[in-house]
Amino acid sequence: MSDTTTRRVVEASNRQQGDHPSGDNRFELVDKHLKRARYEQDQLIETLHVAQDVFGYLSEDILIYVARALRLPPSMVYGVATFYHLFTFEPPGDHSCTVCTGTACFVKGADAIVQGVSDAYSVPTGETSADGSLTLKTARCLGSCGLAPVVVLDGSVLSHQNAESTLELVGTAVGGEG
Amino acid sequence: MRERQPAVNVSFDGVEYEGLLGESVLECARRNGVAIPSLCFLEGLTVWGGCRICVVEVAEGHRLRPACATQVAADMEIKIETPRLRAYRKSVLELLFAEGNHVCAVCVSNGNCELQDMAVHCGMDHVRYDYQSPAREVDASHPKYVFDPNRCILCTRCVRVCDEIEGAHVWDIRHRGQQAELITEMNKPWGESLSCTWCGKCVAVCPTGSLAYQGSAIGEMEHDPVMIKRLAVARNRGEWLDPKGVS
Amino acid sequence: MAAPIDLHEVMEREREERFRTRWRVKACSSTACLSAGAGATIKAVEDLVEREDMALEVQVIPTGCMGLCSAGPLVRMMRRGGDESDYQKVTPEAAIEIVRSHVLDEQPVPEYELDVTMPFFTSQERVVLANGGVINPDRIESYVAHGGYQALEKALTTMKPKQVIEQIRLSRIRGRGGAGYPVASKWGLLASAPGKTKYVVANGDEGDPGAYMDRTIMEDDPHRVIEGIAIAAYATGASEAYIYVRAEYPRAIERLDRAIRVARRNRLLGRKILDTNFNLSVEVRIGAGAFVCGEETALLASIEGLRGTPRLRPPYPTEKGLWGAPTMINNVETLANIAPIIDRGGEWFASLGTEKSTGTKVFALAGDITNTGLIEVPMGTSLREIVADIGGGVPNGKEFKAAQTGGPSGGCIPAKFLDTSVDYDSLRELGSIMGSGGLIVMDEDVKMPDVAKYFMEFSMDESCGKCTPCRAGTVQMHSLLQRLTEGNGSKQDLRDLEHLCSVVRDTSLCGLGQAAPNPVISTLQYFRSEYEALIHEEEVVHA
Repeated sequence: MSDTTTRRVVEASNRQQGDHPSGDNRFELVDKHLKRARYEQDQLIETLHVAQDVFGYLSEDILIYVARALRLPPSMVYGVATFYHLFTFEPPGDHSCTVCTGTACFVKGADAIVQGVSDAYSVPTGETSADGSLTLKTARCLGSCGLAPVVVLDGSVLSHQNAESTLELVGTAVGGEG
Repeated sequence: MRERQPAVNVSFDGVEYEGLLGESVLECARRNGVAIPSLCFLEGLTVWGGCRICVVEVAEGHRLRPACATQVAADMEIKIETPRLRAYRKSVLELLFAEGNHVCAVCVSNGNCELQDMAVHCGMDHVRYDYQSPAREVDASHPKYVFDPNRCILCTRCVRVCDEIEGAHVWDIRHRGQQAELITEMNKPWGESLSCTWCGKCVAVCPTGSLAYQGSAIGEMEHDPVMIKRLAVARNRGEWLDPKGVS
Repeated sequence: MAAPIDLHEVMEREREERFRTRWRVKACSSTACLSAGAGATIKAVEDLVEREDMALEVQVIPTGCMGLCSAGPLVRMMRRGGDESDYQKVTPEAAIEIVRSHVLDEQPVPEYELDVTMPFFTSQERVVLANGGVINPDRIESYVAHGGYQALEKALTTMKPKQVIEQIRLSRIRGRGGAGYPVASKWGLLASAPGKTKYVVANGDEGDPGAYMDRTIMEDDPHRVIEGIAIAAYATGASEAYIYVRAEYPRAIERLDRAIRVARRNRLLGRKILDTNFNLSVEVRIGAGAFVCGEETALLASIEGLRGTPRLRPPYPTEKGLWGAPTMINNVETLANIAPIIDRGGEWFASLGTEKSTGTKVFALAGDITNTGLIEVPMGTSLREIVADIGGGVPNGKEFKAAQTGGPSGGCIPAKFLDTSVDYDSLRELGSIMGSGGLIVMDEDVKMPDVAKYFMEFSMDESCGKCTPCRAGTVQMHSLLQRLTEGNGSKQDLRDLEHLCSVVRDTSLCGLGQAAPNPVISTLQYFRSEYEALIHEEEVVHA
């Protein structure tokens, strides 16, 4: 989530409870986008981006909300949302570790990093560990091939990684919370 | 009513036929009684072009074209039964059989199944590829119909008929690639769907035993895809409108 | 309505600004250098300037990619009207040392100096990337100062749309997105398409793993893309345009968004552009993680807010595209070439490169190679020159084994073809494709069946699922490759794999499916023995 989004989310939830008919003021931010987009149906993907930015993930309620607002069939909204891999339908973990598996990173051993983190935290790729502390993802080339293998830990790009170095940094991030 | 389109010469496997400009190669073949195997195509619905069973060779050595989505042109030479195309059709069918769980012996549509007919027509007697044996749950929550995703070949006839003819858009596809799956509404049980009108058109058009009437026993389920053609033709001609032209 | 931007006045002003200080420090602030710590480096210099009151002596200019990503952060010291020194791996401490040494003592710092006489720099020919490391991408003035929007002004005020297309035709430029379709033909098709509403779409959905040319162009020179779009729209009669960018490129999205706003304010977009009768609105649309959306019909579906599944062609987008209106899709790199072509003429462009592949091409060099980074060379440069000279060869004393181009739709070119000229047709003859420009070098340790399996897994995951051969065929090819690479495959498996390659190539609906078998086909063609060595027939028969 970008800084500006975080700020806006905080502002929205600070306003009085119940300002938005749903009882959750974060929907205001979605409404704002919808209004700006004049409720055009082709704005579905943009709206889902905004909603995911605001809520962190797309719950069924959010999808239904968007479907109603844009007057689209729910099955269609669900079909579109699940087609694109950047949309997630589960709340994310406290920390996220994204390993780039682009060709350059593959050639330089990205697989071992994924395996290493996956084993150490018993979290399958694309999922969140049972305690909710870590989400492990892979990315299709982050375009930083000169720095391969690349890992993105909580938004910061780590270059020239291997399994040990990544595990150490992930350990610090996750463990740092105590 | 449609005006008669200009006629041109086309040939299927070297035999000359009359083609009409504006029609597809598949329509032309059907009209002339020439068999081109196909699965996802259904007269009355928009062309999807996904099953790739109906690919034909147009002119020498060129890229293959789906017959359902290729317009007839003058002096078109269309090849259907070449060794390469036969082999390809068989492989594509094998891929379909390997990806779902198609066990004819226990299927409600055994004997009335387009996929099965196609396998017979194309001489597909075994599958070379690894069965994926996906674990998919049958949805029997609807009072009238059953959806068995194991037998779905993602032809999207049901999606299209529900959207284009019935206007309900209950069905859609979720995910993509090998995870692609048919869903109703927000992936909720069909029986809980608020938009389903119980019209049964999806069941009528299903080419396999994936959509069926509740309570059908093995081999009992008969589909009626031609109904959609009747509906679409009637709609095009406005047959249920006031004959005086008040619409 | 505000008056449009006066390009010549801005140029004048920028010139004065350039000569205001004795020193200019240009610091690469592209993604790669930022990841290597360029942010801290730039901050250190800015702090130094403030602390030691150097503002009248030194100005700090963050720029786009300077190219040699493996040596980042990169910094360039420029003396007024004089010499330049380039530095590599500039830490904050080093930056302070370098700036002080230059400004106070007029001395370079050899320790960090970057040898700009090495082939990596001298063998390049920068057209698309001409502004990389030169301009500040956040300032339209900086772009204008280096000739920006001159081509648009020239086209709008002195050329008819037909004459613009004529220059593109003379340039013989081909689409940079992969297939290499002649750009002028596409423009001509859209120009002659009937109807009032027409769209131009810039394809910035660069999904090939190992490719980041388009991202760099969009991040470092957003106005160049916008100028290319505006010229394209003027030539073809379009009044609306979209730039489709993958969501994985947030900086590119942000910069393009800002550039569009600024361009509109300066009457370079919007209504009555530069006081002519030409109107154009441009909007950024964001992808959401689907490789297939690089395919043009899938991209259109995605802009319309639908599942990104390809549509049947014909009808081609130039007849029936976005919402049924004629639409032309050009790759971002293609569009970045347009302003220089109009500026300097189609014939100048055609003099670069080869007869059938004119101009230059940007490549992202990565993998087992000394100099990783972004390069731009004339078409027809040999693969050997790119790998051995510009790339500095394979590190750690290893042997070059293959170069992979075209990503999951391309192939692996073995050492014996190192002297091949890199152009559309030569690469195609070798069973690979130009693709968008990812070039990944592999050394002797890389096993080719593993590479094929890697790409097949990619295609399998990215298949949209619409057509049977791509959806189910990639799964079966992947499982055959899995079996083979684990040493459990049989000769029959290899035969099945080859057969499936032809089935999927010939019967798939879109380019992604049709090209999905390419990595297998090309590695089988050149490295068949590696596959055969994996087969232990007796064991399998026994099992």
